[in-house]
Amino acid sequence: MKKLLTGNEAIARGAYEAGCVVAAAYPGTPSTEILENIAGYQEIYAEWSPNEKVALEVASGAAIGGARALAAMKHVGLNVAADPLFTMAYEGVNGGLVIVTADDPGTHSSQNEQDNRYYAPHAKVALLEPSDSQECKDFVKAAFALSEEYDLPVIIRVTTRVCHSKSLVELGERAEIGVKPYSKNVQKYAMTPAHAKVRHVIVEEKLGDLQAAAEQSPFNRVEWGGRTKGIITSGISYQYAQEVFGEEASYLKLGLTYPLPEQLIREFAAAVEEVFIIEENDPYLENSIKALGVECKGKALLPVCGELNPGIIRQAFFPEMIKAENGESIEKAEKPEGNSQAELSIPGRPPVLCAGCPHRGLFYALSKLKDVVVSGDIGCYTLGLTPPLGVTDTVICMGASISAGIGLEKAFQQGGVPRKVFSCIGDSTFFHSGITGLVDAVYNKSKICVVIMDNRITAMTGHQVNPGTGRTLQGEETTALDLEQLVRAVGIKTENIRIVDPYHLAETEKAVREAEAAQEPFVIITRRPCALLKDVQRARAGISCMIAPEKCKKCKACLKIGCPAIAVKEGQVLIDQTACNGCGLCQQVCKFGAIAKVGE
Amino acid sequence: MQEEKQKKMPELNMGKKNKTKLENKALLLVGVGGQGTILASKVLSEGLVKQGYDVKMSEIHGMAQRGGSVTTQIKFGKKIYAPIVGAGEADVIVAFEKLEAARYLFQLKKMGTLIVNDHEIYPLPVLLGQQQYPDNVLSVLEKQVGKRIGQLKVLQANTIAVELGNVKAQNIVLLGTVIKALGLEDLDWAEVLKEFLPLKLHELNIKALEAGLRL
Ligand SMILES: Cc1ncc(C[n+]2csc(CCOP(=O)(O)OP(=O)(O)O)c2C)c(N)n1
Repeated sequence: MKKLLTGNEAIARGAYEAGCVVAAAYPGTPSTEILENIAGYQEIYAEWSPNEKVALEVASGAAIGGARALAAMKHVGLNVAADPLFTMAYEGVNGGLVIVTADDPGTHSSQNEQDNRYYAPHAKVALLEPSDSQECKDFVKAAFALSEEYDLPVIIRVTTRVCHSKSLVELGERAEIGVKPYSKNVQKYAMTPAHAKVRHVIVEEKLGDLQAAAEQSPFNRVEWGGRTKGIITSGISYQYAQEVFGEEASYLKLGLTYPLPEQLIREFAAAVEEVFIIEENDPYLENSIKALGVECKGKALLPVCGELNPGIIRQAFFPEMIKAENGESIEKAEKPEGNSQAELSIPGRPPVLCAGCPHRGLFYALSKLKDVVVSGDIGCYTLGLTPPLGVTDTVICMGASISAGIGLEKAFQQGGVPRKVFSCIGDSTFFHSGITGLVDAVYNKSKICVVIMDNRITAMTGHQVNPGTGRTLQGEETTALDLEQLVRAVGIKTENIRIVDPYHLAETEKAVREAEAAQEPFVIITRRPCALLKDVQRARAGISCMIAPEKCKKCKACLKIGCPAIAVKEGQVLIDQTACNGCGLCQQVCKFGAIAKVGE
Repeated sequence: MQEEKQKKMPELNMGKKNKTKLENKALLLVGVGGQGTILASKVLSEGLVKQGYDVKMSEIHGMAQRGGSVTTQIKFGKKIYAPIVGAGEADVIVAFEKLEAARYLFQLKKMGTLIVNDHEIYPLPVLLGQQQYPDNVLSVLEKQVGKRIGQLKVLQANTIAVELGNVKAQNIVLLGTVIKALGLEDLDWAEVLKEFLPLKLHELNIKALEAGLRL
């Protein structure tokens, strides 16, 4: 039976069919749906781990224990999980170990555009790159077998377009592999310096064997067409190349991209007039192929930055044809904004904090303080950066709000600058990698204020449960982490902890002012579930705010909270009743009592 | 089974160029987070599979829920490679919101079909009063008819859906319009639609679909 599946659904299906029994991940676009789909297969134990390092270690332990195990993450997640990755290459596996990294060329929803293919040669593990959903499923199955055969972890590298595109997939049956017996083997599974010396040699040997096998691998195939252009490509770039060149060119389509099939590449290059490398982002294939002494062109024609598409390839190879076909009037795909041909100035549509978002109250309160620096983090609350709130100063990576906040504060202190630092972090991000930063703040006597924005869920990536929620990925009830207790346990004094409802502005403002004055590490927990949670929506249905036009002085103070439910239409300030959930923040900032709450 | 279905593929009338890609069509559904573009795309893609086409659908929904633009791209034909639609490549664009029609017009193939829902959702710069929501979107688009745009179809999907009982069904009204624009009415789309919705929503949405197909 053929089904239309996204790449992520197909990866989950592949894990199921391969007999995978343990899967772990931390959410992150574009990888999130892999575990969400795996969780639907009762045969597989699936968990949201607090971060990617934990996820990969859970999967690694399971693989040592004899289970086929998978860990999935977005590209930056593999940075967090890099430590176990590098050493698992030395330890090898018992049950197969597959790591999915979902890269995001074009930074559709990420803080960078890193090309994770480099991790494979760096960590010395195998690398597979599927180019559509069918391959996603097939490659995951093959990866488990490969991992066991060569005793190595295998990375599957996908990209946003592979993860989030649907194409047809032939479904198969699950192979019940079971869990292999485990026997103690400290030389292999306990990586001391003495063992590592020996294992490093073994890893190099295994990679040599795998490299020889890559020459015959069914995942590396030649498709002969015209011989003037020979294209070497992998992943989604293969689809783009096919679309542009069709049968005009010949293709060496690489599925196994580490180790590379060197002989096959040389033979292919010798059989065509000119070799082109078509790949997105970094010249990973190009540099390796040039190192073989094979002459080829890649990044001389195609960009390193941004997402690739057939249009860019066409532009690079056939610029005259493009002009002739479309005339001058069509702008490049890269800049939809300010479409001049339509004689319009088109306002952009930047993302905003939702109407009723509990993060808004805190940011509004912070916007009233002078001389504060806000060290931000990653989540919905990154939008505290955008106007009209615009309070956030810095964003690096998950967890950095606290630790970079400590650094900021130390720098200001050393420089004699009296500026207070607030570190704003979401609940999921705090569990991910904020706790160690808080330990540092206490240990090294930092005077920062950490605000944990506890909306009870991982909202940004689509409402995944987390250790504070009280429920697991597969729907079981579990202990909910107690934030106050944790904060107290690391050494924050009780008098330096405030728990506030961010819908309550006076309370939030008071806490923020007290924090500003504090000379010791301080924690504010803003607690209020995400407004988009089904339960919350149900409970607040019918509640909304309304502006009494006769009382409204049109001072527009309510617009300063940046709520998408409030707008000026024909000179009147209006609240869109269907969008508003009655959080009441606008009511609290209105000096004229013109806003009332209805439906409560 | 697959072979048999392929024969029933309706003839698609394409431009003169690109003979090799004669059977392939590309469409774009654009809107704002929460408008149901993704559901409409899923139903459409599933129906196209049932008609025996090779189908690829791609969506970008990063921060969509937070008021951003949402686009889904669907390509279908005999054999599809790239899942994405480039500049000047869409045979049909369906804009669930007026401003989005203008924003993505550059992706319409010369003389392609543009379907526009005459509905406004203010982006943040407009809400804040920093920028104006242009009042001439439709007239500018109309001026392009016969130059860039082959056929322009403007409808009030929201009003129609409200009359049918719930504004949320506007996406299915628009779905009906696209099906008609692509000449794909042969399939029992109501059956496909039902696969994606709970029973209690069937009646409303089938009515919405029919309304769209009539326009
Ligand atoms: C290392 C890493 N993993 C995953 C992500 C993706 N990601 C960004 S924010 C976020 C979660 C945010 O949740 P939370 O901190 O609870 O804030 P909320 O969105 O709920 O406000 C995730 C998973 C990332 N950017 N970096």
